[in-house]
Amino acid sequence: MTVVYSAPVPAKTCAPETAERREVLKQRGQHEVFCGLTSIMWLHRKMQDAFFLIVGSRTCAHLMQSAAGVMIFAEPRFATAIIDERDLAGMADMNDELDKVVNRLLTRRPDIKLLVLVGSCPSEVIKLDLPRAASRLNGEHSPVCRVMAYSGSGIETTFTQGEDNFLEALVADMPAEAANAPASLIVVGALGDVVEDQMMRVFNGLGVGPVRFLPSRSSTTLPPVGPNTRFILAQPWVGTCAQALERRGAKRISAPFPLGEEGSTAWYRAISDSFGVAEARFDAITAPGRERARRAVERYRPVLEGKSVFLFPDSQLEPSLARFLSRELSTSIIEIGTPYLNREVVGAELAMMPDSVRVSEGQDVERQIDRVEQDNPDLIICGMGLGNPFEAEGRSTKWSIEFVFTPIQGYEQAGDLAELIARPLMRRALLKVGT
Amino acid sequence: MELTVWTYEGPPHVGAIRIANSMNGVHFVLHAPQGDTYADLLFTMIERNKKRPPVTYTTFQARDLSGDTAEIFKVAARDAAERFKPQALLVGSSCTAELIQDDPGGLAKTMGLNVPVVALELPSYQKKENWGAAETFYRLVRAFAGGAGKPDVAPEQASCNILGPSSLGFRNRDDILEVKKIVEALGIRINTIAPLGASPADLARIPEAHFNIVLYPEIADNAARWLKRSFGQEMVAIAPIGVGATQDFIAAVAAAAGVEVPASLTADGAERLSWYSRSIDSNYLTGKRVFIFGDATHAVAAARIATEELGFKVCGLGTYSREFARDVREAAAKYGVEALISDNHLDVEDAIIAAQPELVLGTQMERHAAKRLRVPCAVISSPVHVQDFPARYSPQMGFEGANVIFDSWVHPLMMGLEEHLLQMFRGDFEFHDDAGSSHLGHGHGAAAGETDTTADEAESTQPIHAEPAAAAVPGEPSWTSDAERELRKIPFFVRGKARRNTESYAVQNGLNPITIETLYDAKAHFGR
Repeated sequence: MTVVYSAPVPAKTCAPETAERREVLKQRGQHEVFCGLTSIMWLHRKMQDAFFLIVGSRTCAHLMQSAAGVMIFAEPRFATAIIDERDLAGMADMNDELDKVVNRLLTRRPDIKLLVLVGSCPSEVIKLDLPRAASRLNGEHSPVCRVMAYSGSGIETTFTQGEDNFLEALVADMPAEAANAPASLIVVGALGDVVEDQMMRVFNGLGVGPVRFLPSRSSTTLPPVGPNTRFILAQPWVGTCAQALERRGAKRISAPFPLGEEGSTAWYRAISDSFGVAEARFDAITAPGRERARRAVERYRPVLEGKSVFLFPDSQLEPSLARFLSRELSTSIIEIGTPYLNREVVGAELAMMPDSVRVSEGQDVERQIDRVEQDNPDLIICGMGLGNPFEAEGRSTKWSIEFVFTPIQGYEQAGDLAELIARPLMRRALLKVGT
Repeated sequence: MELTVWTYEGPPHVGAIRIANSMNGVHFVLHAPQGDTYADLLFTMIERNKKRPPVTYTTFQARDLSGDTAEIFKVAARDAAERFKPQALLVGSSCTAELIQDDPGGLAKTMGLNVPVVALELPSYQKKENWGAAETFYRLVRAFAGGAGKPDVAPEQASCNILGPSSLGFRNRDDILEVKKIVEALGIRINTIAPLGASPADLARIPEAHFNIVLYPEIADNAARWLKRSFGQEMVAIAPIGVGATQDFIAAVAAAAGVEVPASLTADGAERLSWYSRSIDSNYLTGKRVFIFGDATHAVAAARIATEELGFKVCGLGTYSREFARDVREAAAKYGVEALISDNHLDVEDAIIAAQPELVLGTQMERHAAKRLRVPCAVISSPVHVQDFPARYSPQMGFEGANVIFDSWVHPLMMGLEEHLLQMFRGDFEFHDDAGSSHLGHGHGAAAGETDTTADEAESTQPIHAEPAAAAVPGEPSWTSDAERELRKIPFFVRGKARRNTESYAVQNGLNPITIETLYDAKAHFGR
C-alpha cells in the first residue's frame, strides 16, 4: 500500500493556548447564519420521544419549514406556538394560552414523553419565563410527559448553539451516578446513529466503557453523571453543555474532533489515554480503521490537493474541517470563518493550522464576500443563502449545512467527508454546459 | 397563541422582501435579529435566483438590546445606501424588531440619506406574507407614482400596466409571457409590468397608462385601487387561468382598451384543453371528486376549470387568504360546497378526509397531506417548493396555461382504460390496486405510495380509502363479511365513496347489517 501522508504532529502536544496568539478578525455586520432554533431539525429525529414546541412568531414557524421543508415530509415532532397581538396586548394571559396549546398538543400526541419549550427572539424580548412555565407544566403532566425549556433564540444563539443549550438543559435532568461506579464515558453532541454504532465497536475493542451518548436516543435513557464520569465532545458546539457536565463533577477529555483519520485517531487516543488502554491494544484496534480511512481519503487527494478553500461561518465545525482539509488533503486554507470561536474547544484544531490562515469570528457578510473576491478561492464552504449566487459567478461552493446532516465522523466516514467536499469540484469538471 | 406545524404564509416582512427582490434598484434594510437571514434561501434555493435578495439585515443580538440597537440600524442603513446605491430604500422591522420599537422609518428619515426612503409598518403579530407584499407594493407605488397629478395619457394607442407578478409567485415567471402575448395581440401597449422586473422609475410611469391589469389581487389589489382613485385607471381583475377565464379576460381587456378582439386570438385551436377534454378518452374524468385549496386567485380559477372545463365535481373549496374570503365563499356557493377559510393545515387535512376526493388541487401542504392519504394531487398555488419552479415553460395563465393545467391535473390520475381493466380483473398478481398506475412508473401509484417515501412517511401513511376494521361502531350499521368482501372488489379509488354511500343508505333506510344486497341497492340509489 502506498499512501502519501504527512505524519501529523501528535495532537496531545498542541496545547490550546498556542491558538491564543493568533489574531482573530472580528467585524460587526450582517450575520448570514441560522438561529439556534434550526438545530431542532436533527434533535427532533435524534431523540425520538421528544417534542420541541417553539414559543415564538410566525417567522420562527416559517424558518423551520423553509429550512426543513426540503427534508421533512411526515408530521415532524416540532411545532410553533405563535404569539399573536392578543397575547402582546395583554388581552390573553400568555401562560394560560401556552397551557392551552400544550394540552391540545399532548392530547394529539400522547406518545410524547418529553416536551421541550424552546424560547425564541420574541419570547426572550418580551421576557416570557419559559423555564418557569416548564416547571409549572411539568407539575401538571409529569411523569407521563416531562416538560423542560431552553432558548434557541437568534439574539442568543447561532444554528448549532441551539443543541448546546438543549443539552445543557438536559444535564440538569441526568441521574447522579453512584459514588462507587466505575469510570464511565459520555460522548457529547448529536451523531448519526451509524456513527454511534461504529464508535461503540471501537470502544468495545479498546475495553473502554460503559460508554453513553448525549443526547440519548430516548429521553428516558439519559446517561448518569458524577465524579467518576469522563466526557469527550464529539461536536465542537457543545461547550456550554461541557461546563454543565463539569459542574456535575464529570471530567473533560480534550481532543481534536473525530474528522478524518488524524482527528479520529487523536480523539480515540485521548480517550484511551484517559482510560489507560495499552498502546499495543490501541494500535491493534485502530489500525484497520486508520488504514481504511487513509485509503478512502486518498482517493480524493487528486481533486483537492493544492486547492484554496474559504470557509464561511456556519456550524462551528469550520476549524475542524479546515484542519482535515489542510492536513489530510493538502488544501490551502485561506479563511476559517466561524460564528463563535470557543478556544477551549477548538484551540487544538487551530494550533495545527499554519499561521497564514486567517481566522474570523462572527460576520459582516458583505465584507467577507469582498474578501472572497480578493482571494478568489477554488472552493467556498458556505450556507444555503450564499451558495447559488457564488455558483452563478462561476465559483465552486459546498453547502456547509450538509456537514451537520451527514455522518462524517470517525474512520469509516473520513472518505465520505472528503468526497462531500470534492464533489462540487468533480461536478464542475463533469459538466459541459454553463460556465 | 396558536399551535402551528406548517404555515401557508410567512410573516409580512417576507412579503416585503418578495417585492424588493422582484424589483430593480430597490434595497430593503430590515431591522432583524440574527437568524432572520434564512429568508434569503427562499430566493437563492427555492427560486434558484442567481443573486441574493437585496436585503440588509441589521442582525442585532441580545447584548445589543441593552445598548443602542437604533445605532446598529443607522449604521446598516448608511452602509447599504453607500454599497448598493439603490434608487429606493425600503426600511422596516421584523417581528422581534417590532417589539423593541426602534422606528426604522423615523430613524432613516432623519439620517439625510441621499436616496428616497419608503418606510414600512409591518405588523407581524396580526398580518402575514401576502398582506406584507401588497402593503409594500402599495407604499412603493404611492411613493413613486403619487408625486405628480394626473398625467396626459397619449390617446393614439391604448396602453396598460400589468400589476401583481412577483418573486416566489406561483408560475408568475411564465404567466407574464402568456399575458403579454394576449395584450400585444390586442394591439395594446404595455406601459409597465410591476413589481417583477420594474424599477422605481417604472413605478413613476404607471399613471401614464389607460388602465391596469391586476393579475394577482393578493399582491396588487391595494395599489390598483389607489391608482383607480387617484388617476381614474380602470382595473381588469380577471385572472386568465383556464380557457373560459382567458376568454373573459380577453374580452374585458379589449373592452377596457376600446379595441376589437382579432378572430385569430380566440380561433379554434388556440388551445388544446377544450379538445382534449372532449376527446372520448377523457370520459373517465367525468364527476371525479376534486378538493381545491390555495390562494384565492388560484383556488377560484381552479374550481371553474374543474367544473366547466374538465367535468370534475368540486367536493371542497377553500383558501388561506382571509383577505379574499368573500370571493372564495361566492365561488363555493356556486359549486354547492361550503368554503373552507383557514390557515391551519390540519383543518384542511381534516376537510380533505371528510370530502373523500379522488384528486386534490392544493399547495405544498396539501401535496404532503394527499401523499399521506394516498390521493393523487397537483399543486396549483403558493406556498411553493423548489419543484414548482420547473426548468420548462409551464405557465398557468392564458391558453398555453390551460394546456399545462390539463396535463398536470390529469397526469396524476389513473388513465381511462387502465381504470376499466382494474375494475375487470382485480386479482392479477402484478396489476392490481396496490400496484398503482403504470404510466406513473413502478411503485409510483396512488395506492402504492411514492418512491421517495421515507420510512417515517410510510409509517404515517393513512390511505384515505383505507378499510376500517369491520368491527361495529355503536349506532352505525356493521358489514357482513360477504358484503365486506364484495366491497373490496371495488377499486380503491372509488371504494371509500362506495363504503360511505352504502353506510349512509343503510342508516337512512334502517338497514343493519349491510349485506351484498344493501351494497347494490345503495349503488342503484346513488349512481356512480
